[in-house]
Amino acid sequence: MSRNKRSPAQAFVDAVAADRLAALATVIRGPTLGRKLFVPLQGEPLGTLGHPTLDRAVLAAAREALTAQQPRRLAPQEDTEVFIDVHVPRPTLVIVGAVHIAIPLVTFAKTLGFRTVVVDARSAFATPERFAHADELIIRWPADVLAEMTLDETTYVVTLTHDEKLDNPALVEALRRPVRYIGALGSRRTHARRVEALRAAGIPPEQIARIHAPIGLDLGGRSPEEIALAIMAEIVAVRNRGPGGSP
Amino acid sequence: MREVIHPIQRWQAQGKQVALATVVKVYGSAPRPLGAKMAISEAGEMAGSVSGGCVEAAVIQEALEVLRTGQPRLVPFGISDQDAWEVGLACGGTIEVFVEPWNGGEGP
Repeated sequence: MSRNKRSPAQAFVDAVAADRLAALATVIRGPTLGRKLFVPLQGEPLGTLGHPTLDRAVLAAAREALTAQQPRRLAPQEDTEVFIDVHVPRPTLVIVGAVHIAIPLVTFAKTLGFRTVVVDARSAFATPERFAHADELIIRWPADVLAEMTLDETTYVVTLTHDEKLDNPALVEALRRPVRYIGALGSRRTHARRVEALRAAGIPPEQIARIHAPIGLDLGGRSPEEIALAIMAEIVAVRNRGPGGSP
Repeated sequence: MREVIHPIQRWQAQGKQVALATVVKVYGSAPRPLGAKMAISEAGEMAGSVSGGCVEAAVIQEALEVLRTGQPRLVPFGISDQDAWEVGLACGGTIEVFVEPWNGGEGP
């Protein structure tokens, strides 16, 4: 790389400061000890670990680490070990439906480090009194709000309105984006009806399969707080283990 | 990384050299996860943590040595590793820490 260009370390620091998902690979053992390769989620990598073959192997691993949002260590060559550090931005939980369950859900999500956005078109539900603890409360048609939002690999979306006119268009918006988690409240029967509606709207089956429904881990709970905990438990499992990670 | 960015910038602005320590391996139960970071200035100041307090003092010594030699090093810490390291982790886990000079500007 040219000397005038940013170093991989500086590029990583910039990504962290901007809270963007990015990886930095460093040779921690071997002949090119200390060499670095910066790998952003989008765009070109920067730097070199000292050899094109090594760069190629580590680049593939770095992309996997970005998808998993987990750091990792690997030995791509017998004499060389590399650590891939991953900066995971603060996640956002978008809650469609300012229903009772959403109130404890915001509390749990905040405690676990999520930014929380509550969206509902129904101003009777979406009151500042009920959602003073949310980072954002938006009283508009949810699908319109989602269409304008940045929904990326660090976004988690749940639909809780109990009203398919609100939930389904919001799900369509979420399914168009690379969000890490989509969960929809409702029984198996409700979900079967929802699947039909989404198919009719032209969403491919493999995209519809991204929806976690019935939502949440099975904790056997019935109260809004217990359901919120079950939802948050599922989200944490996905955050830690990846999109396929929930039992 | 986020928690050490500002201290690093402050030390660099004061003309101090900075080393960065990163947890690159965790065996058993350890207090900080893979990737946890601690920054150390040449004056011995520190920010962040790699173990929640057990081995930070030893990491500072390593970091000062790394800054003196300019050579990164991979340092194991563990309760079972008493020959080389007298510092153990209270939880009984073992970690490996990579310590390197950090300029954040021109890479090595």
